[in-house]
Amino acid sequence: MSEGCEKNPAGGSGPGASCCEGAGPGEASVTTAGVDPRTTAKYFGSGVLALGIWWLVYQGLFPFAKWFTFSLLTLTPGSHLTSAVQFFVFEAPKILMLLTLVVFAVGVVRSFFTPERARRILAGKRESAGNILAALLGVVTPFCSCSAVPLFIGFVTSGVPLGVTFSFLVSAPMVNEIALVLLYGLFGWKIAAVYAGTGLGIAMISGWVIGRLGMESHVEEWVYAAPAGGDEEGEVLNVSWRDRVHFGLDSVRDIIGKVWPYVLAGIAVGAGIHGYVPENFMAGIMGSGAWWSVPLAVVIGIPMYSNAASIIPVVQALLGKGAALGTVLAFMMSVIGLSLPEMIILRKVLKVRLIATFAGVVGMGILIVGYLFNVLL
Amino acid sequence: MEIAILGTGCPKCRQTAEVVRQAVEQAGVDATIHKVEDIKEIMKFKVMTTPAVAFDGQVRISGKVPTVDEVKALLAHDGKA
Repeated sequence: MSEGCEKNPAGGSGPGASCCEGAGPGEASVTTAGVDPRTTAKYFGSGVLALGIWWLVYQGLFPFAKWFTFSLLTLTPGSHLTSAVQFFVFEAPKILMLLTLVVFAVGVVRSFFTPERARRILAGKRESAGNILAALLGVVTPFCSCSAVPLFIGFVTSGVPLGVTFSFLVSAPMVNEIALVLLYGLFGWKIAAVYAGTGLGIAMISGWVIGRLGMESHVEEWVYAAPAGGDEEGEVLNVSWRDRVHFGLDSVRDIIGKVWPYVLAGIAVGAGIHGYVPENFMAGIMGSGAWWSVPLAVVIGIPMYSNAASIIPVVQALLGKGAALGTVLAFMMSVIGLSLPEMIILRKVLKVRLIATFAGVVGMGILIVGYLFNVLL
Repeated sequence: MEIAILGTGCPKCRQTAEVVRQAVEQAGVDATIHKVEDIKEIMKFKVMTTPAVAFDGQVRISGKVPTVDEVKALLAHDGKA
């Protein structure tokens, strides 16, 4: 859930241009406690109703795609164009609907978490257990990379170990709900689960390794002298269900509003591959036979800066053209998990050696995941 | 009132500054707005998420771009206190 932001060197436009998508409920300003219980019941009622309608429409997508392709456009079964059209008409609404549901659910879940709360949970935790917890919290805590620096300072000054802080900073962008839905929709739940599991694993282990290396002296000196940030948990705890629903709806509007063109582009590429038999021309350079393809993918991917949605069309195209899954997964993770803009931002609080170590350790983790999958599959 | 916009210069921070400016204008409050972009200065406000808005040194919003109405409600709330 992270978009690089400040002085974005990747050129302003695109979904990355603004950060903090679905940023936290923040400090709930004027208190909203004391909402009528009937209002809450009403929200639950309409929620159940909306979910029912969602399910019915979702069930109707496949028949609709068939009807649209064969009855409305009267395309003949069996041709490339027909299967491409049917694929697109079925997949595009399916994935957008899944995305809406998941982004909403994640938005509601995130309304229970704030960086302040994550820090309180992590402060004083020992390594290992702390790394695991931090990686999990990184997924559910609303966070954007423009807050990376204040968050980093807030964590380390209040007793969260350096390695544990890194586990959080790695998992927050790497394990991304949009990528998860798209991988599920386009490649099935196994690949989606592999992505989420290995992403968390990399965050836990690389944070642990950075902790072991004892690099506290490579944090800029002034950081430890800074006052601990964000000491007020604020009125966030008083958030009503109505606010949580609105928070979920806001993140749907924010995120879906930004990523839908990329999602459609990804599905269109998928449809093209689906209809027209792949030529496997990538197999030679990015197939599992080429050992150097994984490190190359990581080295190209790390400085690149893109959000999860816009990288999926590329992933789709590479896989369709015969690139190996491990190589493509490594490429995707290094693009969304590590970026040059983020490292430039972190330079304010970290010395170059620690940034290099951070990129190196995480890059190594991605590399291992890439090789592992090329060998296993 | 002294209003500080905390943020290191990302688009959301500029948006926040604009929202606050509009809210102050519409509410007719006598306030000066200044931006705090240096991270060391921002940390003195003890925030962990940006953009953030502080009234007279007190952080009132953090981690999101507020709406004009939200800021107006906060201005009215703090004005009475």
